[in-house]
Amino acid sequence: MTDSNLDAHKDRPSALQAGLKAAWPIFLGYLPIGAAFGVLAQQSGFSPLDVGLMSLLVFAGSSQFIAVSMLASGAGASSVVATTFVVNLRHLLMSSSLAPHLGHTGKGWLSLLAHGVTDESFAVNHARFSQGDWSWQSALAVNQSSCAVWVGSTMGGAWVGRLIPQGALGIGYALIAMFLCLLVFQLRGRRHAVTAVLSGVLAVLLSLWIPGNAYVVIASVIAAAVGTLAVSRERRGTAEGG
Amino acid sequence: MREGLPREDKNVHPKLTKDGMVSLDFFSVVLGMAVVTYLPRWAPLAVLARRRLPSWLLDGLDLIPAAVLSALVLPELVTSGEPRHLVILEPKLLVAIPTFFFALKTRSLGGTVVVGMGLYWAADKLL
Repeated sequence: MTDSNLDAHKDRPSALQAGLKAAWPIFLGYLPIGAAFGVLAQQSGFSPLDVGLMSLLVFAGSSQFIAVSMLASGAGASSVVATTFVVNLRHLLMSSSLAPHLGHTGKGWLSLLAHGVTDESFAVNHARFSQGDWSWQSALAVNQSSCAVWVGSTMGGAWVGRLIPQGALGIGYALIAMFLCLLVFQLRGRRHAVTAVLSGVLAVLLSLWIPGNAYVVIASVIAAAVGTLAVSRERRGTAEGG
Repeated sequence: MREGLPREDKNVHPKLTKDGMVSLDFFSVVLGMAVVTYLPRWAPLAVLARRRLPSWLLDGLDLIPAAVLSALVLPELVTSGEPRHLVILEPKLLVAIPTFFFALKTRSLGGTVVVGMGLYWAADKLL
């Protein structure tokens, strides 16, 4: 038995405290992004209440940016919802990665925890679970506390939105910067990079040809399908070649 | 002086303008967004924990985020206008390059956003 084990038992922080401590970098990241979103939303005609409601119910920054921009230019509800679905579909993978670690969590708590699965909370929780000493309570604390900070910072941004001249501080660029960073997080291997390049080029071509946002789904699905085919060819090749 | 805040010029969908209360149309959109966002988060935790997905599906799902993010960002950087046309060498594209490398180097979401915003603001002023 090592000393660290004994110490851990003596002053083990509560699961809640551990979660909050781990989530701290997420809070810091959410402040500028949330504020930028709130400001942009306010300048597009939405109230702090609208913003708070969306942030609480959806809790997905990139899709919220896109939705506000689409709604402000008159897009219909179904295209906003469809685009939201595609943009947020990646959470499916994150939850799938978390699922093995959450075997003995009550269904009710799982449902609450699910609400807070985001790129950022997933990165933190997945890392902690992989290290070995994380609990569903701490994961829940991470998820829900970051949701609270998100709601607060977006509403705060919406409140001060009218004070900020449009285009000041490069706020309009926050979404692009966020996407670039999220893309970087996804480039885990060569297949991801190739798929991304293919998808991007295809999307540009389609966007010039087809009006609306359908090009996003079409380009992504084609690129991902091509990438998957390439991967399975590779697998078969390795299996046969030995 | 409220310069630069032409709310009246913004093309806000008439049904979504508020007078203090959240409009029903807006609420329905948010509800729709919430449902389609929540289901992919919930399904694997509640349902798939016991079952294994076929490997081709796992591979495909693994590639989807990179594909979607790229399909979202690249057109934003190299096209503009209504109807869309190619625009190379706009500040938004030029700024994207150092921003991308910053993200690659630091892996910091908040930092990248702040750097991107700052560079874009500077580029806008200088160019």
